[in-house]
Amino acid sequence: MGDITAPDLSLAALAPLLFVFGAACVGVLVEAFGPRGNRQPVQLAVALVGTLGGLVSVLLLAGRGEVTAGGALAVDGAALFLQAVIAGLGALSILLFAERALDPARSAFVTSAAVPVGSPRDREQAMSPRVQTEVYPLATFAIGGMMLFAASNDLLIMFVALEVLSLPLYLISGMARRRRLLSQEAAVKYFLLGAFASGFFLYGLALVYGATGSIRLSDVRAYAAVGGADVLLVLGLALLVVGLMFKASVAPFHTWTPDVYQGAPTPVTAFMAACTKVAAFAAVLRLLYVAFGTSEWTWRPLVYGIAIVSMVVGAVLGLTQTDLKRMLAYSSIAHAGFLLVGVIALGAGSDGGGSGLSSTMFYLLAYGLTTLGAFAVLTLVRDGDGEATHLSQWAGLAQRSPLTAAIMGIFLLALAGIPLTSGFTGKFAVFRAAIEDGAWPLVLVAVLASAVAAFFYVRVIVLMYFSAPAEEGPTVGVPGLPTTIALAVTVTATLVLGVAPGPVLDLAQRAAIFVG
Amino acid sequence: MSASLYLVAMIAVPAVGAAVTAALPGAPEGRDERAKRLALGTSLVVLVLAVLAALAFDPGGDRFQLTSSVSWIPDFGVSFALGVDGIALVMLLLIGVLVPVVVLASWRDTAPGERSMRTFFAWLLLLESMMVGVFAATDVFLFYVFFEAMLVPMYFLIGSFGGPRRQYAAVKFFLYSLVGGLVMLAAVIGLYVVSSSSLGEGTFAFDALRSIEIDPGVQKLLFLGFFVAFAIKAPLVPFHTWLPDSGAEAPIGGAVLLVGVLDKVGTFGFLRYCLPLFPDASRDFAPWVLALAVAGILYAALLAMGQSDMKRLVSYTSISHFGFIALGIFAFSTEAATGAVLYMVNHGIATGLLFLVVGMLIARGGSRRIADYGGVASRAPLLAGAFLVAGLASLALPGTNSFVSEFLVLIGSFPTRPVFTVLATVGIILAALYILLMYQRTMHGPPRGVLVGADDTTGGHGAPDREDAAAEAVPAAEAAPASETVPASAAEAGAATATATATEAAPRAGSLRVRDLDRRELAVVTPLIALILALGFYPQPVLDLIEPAVAATMSDVGADPAGTAPDTDPTGGTD
Repeated sequence: MGDITAPDLSLAALAPLLFVFGAACVGVLVEAFGPRGNRQPVQLAVALVGTLGGLVSVLLLAGRGEVTAGGALAVDGAALFLQAVIAGLGALSILLFAERALDPARSAFVTSAAVPVGSPRDREQAMSPRVQTEVYPLATFAIGGMMLFAASNDLLIMFVALEVLSLPLYLISGMARRRRLLSQEAAVKYFLLGAFASGFFLYGLALVYGATGSIRLSDVRAYAAVGGADVLLVLGLALLVVGLMFKASVAPFHTWTPDVYQGAPTPVTAFMAACTKVAAFAAVLRLLYVAFGTSEWTWRPLVYGIAIVSMVVGAVLGLTQTDLKRMLAYSSIAHAGFLLVGVIALGAGSDGGGSGLSSTMFYLLAYGLTTLGAFAVLTLVRDGDGEATHLSQWAGLAQRSPLTAAIMGIFLLALAGIPLTSGFTGKFAVFRAAIEDGAWPLVLVAVLASAVAAFFYVRVIVLMYFSAPAEEGPTVGVPGLPTTIALAVTVTATLVLGVAPGPVLDLAQRAAIFVG
Repeated sequence: MSASLYLVAMIAVPAVGAAVTAALPGAPEGRDERAKRLALGTSLVVLVLAVLAALAFDPGGDRFQLTSSVSWIPDFGVSFALGVDGIALVMLLLIGVLVPVVVLASWRDTAPGERSMRTFFAWLLLLESMMVGVFAATDVFLFYVFFEAMLVPMYFLIGSFGGPRRQYAAVKFFLYSLVGGLVMLAAVIGLYVVSSSSLGEGTFAFDALRSIEIDPGVQKLLFLGFFVAFAIKAPLVPFHTWLPDSGAEAPIGGAVLLVGVLDKVGTFGFLRYCLPLFPDASRDFAPWVLALAVAGILYAALLAMGQSDMKRLVSYTSISHFGFIALGIFAFSTEAATGAVLYMVNHGIATGLLFLVVGMLIARGGSRRIADYGGVASRAPLLAGAFLVAGLASLALPGTNSFVSEFLVLIGSFPTRPVFTVLATVGIILAALYILLMYQRTMHGPPRGVLVGADDTTGGHGAPDREDAAAEAVPAAEAAPASETVPASAAEAGAATATATATEAAPRAGSLRVRDLDRRELAVVTPLIALILALGFYPQPVLDLIEPAVAATMSDVGADPAGTAPDTDPTGGTD
């Protein structure tokens, strides 16, 4: 019987993950033993300490590049950059979760999500001022899973991270206080389709293992470089990509996105749109670059195709939406397509990923901040039945609340990619990377899709600014401190990354390194 | 202040002015006097800066002067680089003149709904800042940023302060421009990639880009990318359909800047970017562009004659005039291109004045339809006079500024492109028709339409004082909705209003009550009329500024390298 050697563990390199997962565990203990009266502030503090601590420790690690935990984790520039993005966006989402001033019932989350809709207990809890605090540890677990996802250097760890980030999301998307049926439907739909996608990923993992005899990304790379076109390997790659694209809500694997985005509580939607997207693309980048970087031709046509499908589906179906949350969901699908334009250029450049990687990372940061801000604005506009997300209800918003309309206008212009906003810088970066890589037909499609997508963003601006206010219009709530902070951060970032993106682009450029 | 800072200041001053104007506390009843004064003051400061820049500019010196450059986004090789050649400089002067005029012309406008005119002036100043940036940028990326960012203030000006169909017009304007801009974005990136492969390091600096040889096939693609954006902006004929809507629905001030300056970015782009950067492709595509230009001259002129809406008519005349400008640019002779640049300036002044005068007439009658007016000249001779001068300048009568430029374009184009030039000449005749018909129908003949007895509510209408203007807005506002929803009945609606008031005050039936230009309006039209005449008789100073830059552009494109300088005033013999 051989000795079991403990894997080398660099605790310093794992510090961000330990911080976040630690906070999540503390959160569970607080939930179990803490007095109910002051659970909410305690949970909020724990979650914020966890995510911000994770963020700070990632920043302290900047510049590192090592493989640790027995080769299962890669702590490199790209992983750290994306972990920092996830932790930062996660902290902002948690601030949105903690908003208590907007909903008359003091929280966007239902107390007990398992109560059947319409039952006496359900009516009772709709009135109750009790605040549910389980979302904080759940979200912290999800953030930890996402950060692990970004650093996993091994397909099995990647799968574990996928589940750790997904399961809490399935739960919290069913916890909306208003429109309970829609929320529960979203949770079930997300769970079923998510489980299906996990199955794809697992199957792909098995095939890749079968072909290469290893689940380590670097081993797969070595095998692919020598072995070349192995049917098993290519099939495995395709299945892995399908599983990841599902999480990244890329068309044609997007069908869950509009329903779940609409049904989930809006702070959770913001969280999913921002953080899940970043995490999923982090994994896509690592898988395609580290494991299959040498056999680019195997995935390039596939990614090329789904990039086009995603941009076109997102832009065209976005046109027909009348609900803002659904519209932003389709926008998210279109943006996933734009991100894939950057992924296509992954092979460009000689050292460590080149401009394809750095531009995609910048785009993720820019898009995450903007979309989080946009969903945060949605939580402000309310009528008697919760958030007023129907387009027609936003008519004349600028006259009712100029500041809210201006902030939303900035986010929409950024999503449309108008210069001097972060959206433009991001688009410019990924388009440049793709043209450098010779993928100009794809950029042409992307440009036309942007023009189509611009129509629905502009339509919201038209409604807010140029239409007369509706008679029984919604009210614009005055947000409490948490949402105010989140909005201030996202608006500032959206403008700064548009006007003076130099330092951040530079950072992304220097961080665009994969080890493994 | 060092001369190179003039351009920076011309961008910064209106931007700051816009921010301050927007931040002013709201005033009751839309009387945002402080905002107006601030806007006027800011735009006058920009005018002074433009004049100072022109004085500091040496026509015989380097191609780009007053240059300054700061690294902006090093990762993309982007600099905040400013500088002007003669072409850009005259456009800056045009902006400097038009914006204060527009501010003054919009002084008494009221915003629809509960909007504040404060916002209007803030957007206007922001637009000025962006427009200066577009012409002053010598970095292609920076140019693109201003090119796109410029859409936002114009979009809000049309959408918030425009006519009844403003939402439709604003969205159409935005989307057309955005599509063009995005196609150009792809070409801009392509240009960068080409530069990085041939220079070793990607750059957006115009001078560096001009020096690289681009493969002909790539040139064609890049040319098309830029061309589509500029052709939409200019607009050339198949891409023009947004302009009549935007021009008609925009508030008058916005419309003046839209056709006066914004659209010039398209023709300016042809000269600055398409020709020097892609000379081979420009030569290859020139016949096609010329065909579009000439088709535009004739088609838009014919459509202009068929318009019943004055603002649409003026918009169509602009499309026709842009055909002349494009003809001059793509004829590849220094003379024609100099004429084209002068045309850009003159068109801004002449069409700007025409829009302003039409706007003053509309402010009195509340209807945009030609059929709603008649015999105005008998009661408002100053208004009619200004209308006539604007119209004649627009149809390029000798003695007005447009004649010089149109003449230059035609004699410059004839040696290289005789067929297109002859066809374009027909446009001159059509121009006389559409302008004079509009003038005749509205200004002469028996008094009729919405202005008959319109300002009776004030009682004493002898002296055109300020109270008059306010009181007159009332019947105008009543007539406006009717004329929009059911255009055919507009005249009747106006007449009904007129009879209703007529019975009270009992004036002579059928008499025309219209206030002539007041002092503010005279202050609006006088500088432009003065410029029309001054440039009509003595365009030489402007030509001196333009000619070296045009000659440099023409040598870039490899046409007419010697350059035949138009060193004599072509109007000299004809006056």
